[in-house]
Amino acid sequence: MIKEKDLLGLRNISTDEIDEILRVAIPMKDIITRDIKKVPTLRGKSMATLFFENSTRTKSSFEIAAKYLSADCTNLAVSTSSVQKGETLIDTAITLEVMGIELFVMRHGASGAPHFLGRNTKARIINAGDGMNEHPTQGLLDMFTMQDKKGNLGDLTVTILGDVAHSRVARSNIWGLTKYGAKVRVVAPATLIPVEMERMGVEVYTDVDKALKGADVVNVLRLQKERQSGGLLPSLVEYNKFWGLNSKRLELLKDDAIIMHPGPMNRGVEIMPEVYEDPRSVVDEQVTNGVAVRMALLFMMLGGKSGDDIN
Amino acid sequence: MILIKDGHVIDPANSIDDIMDILIIGEKINKIEKDIAIKEEYEIIDAKNLMVFPGLIDMHVHLREPGFEHKETIKTGLEAAAKGGFTTVACMPNTKPAIDDRTIVEALDRKARGAKVNLKVIGAATKNIDSDQLTEMGDMKEAGIVAISNDGKPVKNANITRRVLEYAKKFDLILIEHCEDESLANNGFIHEGYYSTILGLKGIPREAEDLIVARDIALAKMTDGKVHIAHISSKNSVDLVREAKKQGINITAEVTPQHLILTDQIVESFDTSTKINPPFRSEEDRKALVTGLIDGTIDMIATDHAPHARWEKEVEYAYAPFGVVGLETAVSLIYTKLVKTGIMSFGNLVEKMANNPGRIFKLGGVLKVGSDADITLFDPNKKWVVNPNKFYSMGRNTPFKDWNLDGEVIHTIVKGDFALKDGKVI
Repeated sequence: MIKEKDLLGLRNISTDEIDEILRVAIPMKDIITRDIKKVPTLRGKSMATLFFENSTRTKSSFEIAAKYLSADCTNLAVSTSSVQKGETLIDTAITLEVMGIELFVMRHGASGAPHFLGRNTKARIINAGDGMNEHPTQGLLDMFTMQDKKGNLGDLTVTILGDVAHSRVARSNIWGLTKYGAKVRVVAPATLIPVEMERMGVEVYTDVDKALKGADVVNVLRLQKERQSGGLLPSLVEYNKFWGLNSKRLELLKDDAIIMHPGPMNRGVEIMPEVYEDPRSVVDEQVTNGVAVRMALLFMMLGGKSGDDIN
Repeated sequence: MILIKDGHVIDPANSIDDIMDILIIGEKINKIEKDIAIKEEYEIIDAKNLMVFPGLIDMHVHLREPGFEHKETIKTGLEAAAKGGFTTVACMPNTKPAIDDRTIVEALDRKARGAKVNLKVIGAATKNIDSDQLTEMGDMKEAGIVAISNDGKPVKNANITRRVLEYAKKFDLILIEHCEDESLANNGFIHEGYYSTILGLKGIPREAEDLIVARDIALAKMTDGKVHIAHISSKNSVDLVREAKKQGINITAEVTPQHLILTDQIVESFDTSTKINPPFRSEEDRKALVTGLIDGTIDMIATDHAPHARWEKEVEYAYAPFGVVGLETAVSLIYTKLVKTGIMSFGNLVEKMANNPGRIFKLGGVLKVGSDADITLFDPNKKWVVNPNKFYSMGRNTPFKDWNLDGEVIHTIVKGDFALKDGKVI
């Protein structure tokens, strides 16, 4: 079971909890591939998605996960234009809560926003991405995929390639994987690596070839195009030349390595089209696994019983 | 006539550290002696087991008037000061409108007239804080300002800072500088370090402070003007000030209780009561601040009391305004965390919170026969728990909520009159 009321990140969650989530996700994935993709498990349970930032795949993934489990899911696309964002956030959530919503899936542009909401509401919260802080369900689905394809997480060398400074996906991956003893490398231009990152237990590289050599997994991060301003990058073309993942660089990985990307991809920037098409790419399967992991979480956090009951 | 009997009187400026009596007649101290004979007309304060020292002086408070009366008012701010043992506070000019001409200085004086605690005003160095135009600082000085500052920001650029320092010399005004290079700070809001990295909150590198401290040291030397570094927070900046003092440059510095006690780790909670500017820095910086305070590099402690309304602070971390309240917790925090722990003496506390600000800004801060009877009485054995709902300040934004503190101010006497008596604001 999830011990805390809210799932805010992978930093403060135990490997026991992660193990259980990943275990429950296995039968959930099975449901997705069935002809009839619906179980009555969460019938009569009410949840809402609160997305203060645009999202297509994470939002759909949660919605679909809720539907397959028969939970009622309300979607609120919240305007970010309001100046008094804090008031809007809490007021919006409380309004839904008093209408009976038991769980919020929340995405917000400010780090810590779900922590703030969590302190002010009784409903449970799943963080679907907060600022540059964490994106725990992406971290979990990445770990599920790695475990599924490569086995024991502790034996893996995982290279996270790209804008780690601004990436909540990178942070959740790092927290989750280092808990299992995986060797995590990060690689990016120095302008996109935050200070003291070594203290998170990762190896920091600026040379992509060194960082890829012998890795079991490469997880490529999306590069936000606005990083060209503010002195972080000279151009996307130069980024692609020195840090983009192309076929030649794939040769540095272990032969049975897998290639991951949280999407959406900028082809020709951080990843070349042929890399996505490579047989070792598991990018599409990550998306399927995302639904399974989110079903597991919804089940564990809305079902009220131990997650193992699904078996 | 008040006779403070049998208190432990401490005033390092006059080398007093003994059980003594203090007789107050009218607004002035009449006698500081052992065993002053009791007369019928005296109001006797039994100060047995109390520490008695010159009234505390805080050179850095935001009382929010005019313009932000929903955060704090002169009245509530001065009540909070009395509760915290301060007999004099100096308010910063980043109000709306800014305190940048004589009329506003006089208006604040009128507002403070009924209050017990002394209000001193700091005038803006340039019009509307952020402009190139010098304020009429001579005129404001005549109206009573005790320093100039563009607090919240440093003076805009090196050239204007130079001119401010040159011009202010004639009026013997010290420029109090909030040192932060805006471009390097780059809209950050916590210390750039491990915690900004793991929490994904935008960082302000300590070098943003160091750059302006270095700039101002160079300009103080160039102009022979006087610069006072507000709320110093970075180790490098402490080193820069130490070195400048060795060279005889006119530079002084203050540090806040919160920067002496807390580090950026506290931001982990995403509690907006930990959002201040300059931000809580690393343990290495914190230790350097303590060292700098002890070795005299840092002259004084100031609170940077910065109240905000609840609804302004109860938002996502990134959107919250900077600042914490400090008047009502300062002396107990310093006593609990620095004096009781043996890091500094009670005499050091008095130097840093009364003697030195008094000497540097010419505001008294000593116990002397004939001087204003501004006196704080403090019970070191009293224990209390910080409950923001009990603050006299309108601000509730403190990172020390629920902390157990030792020592509490019992009486605050200003010009021979009680501003705080038996822990209650008069």
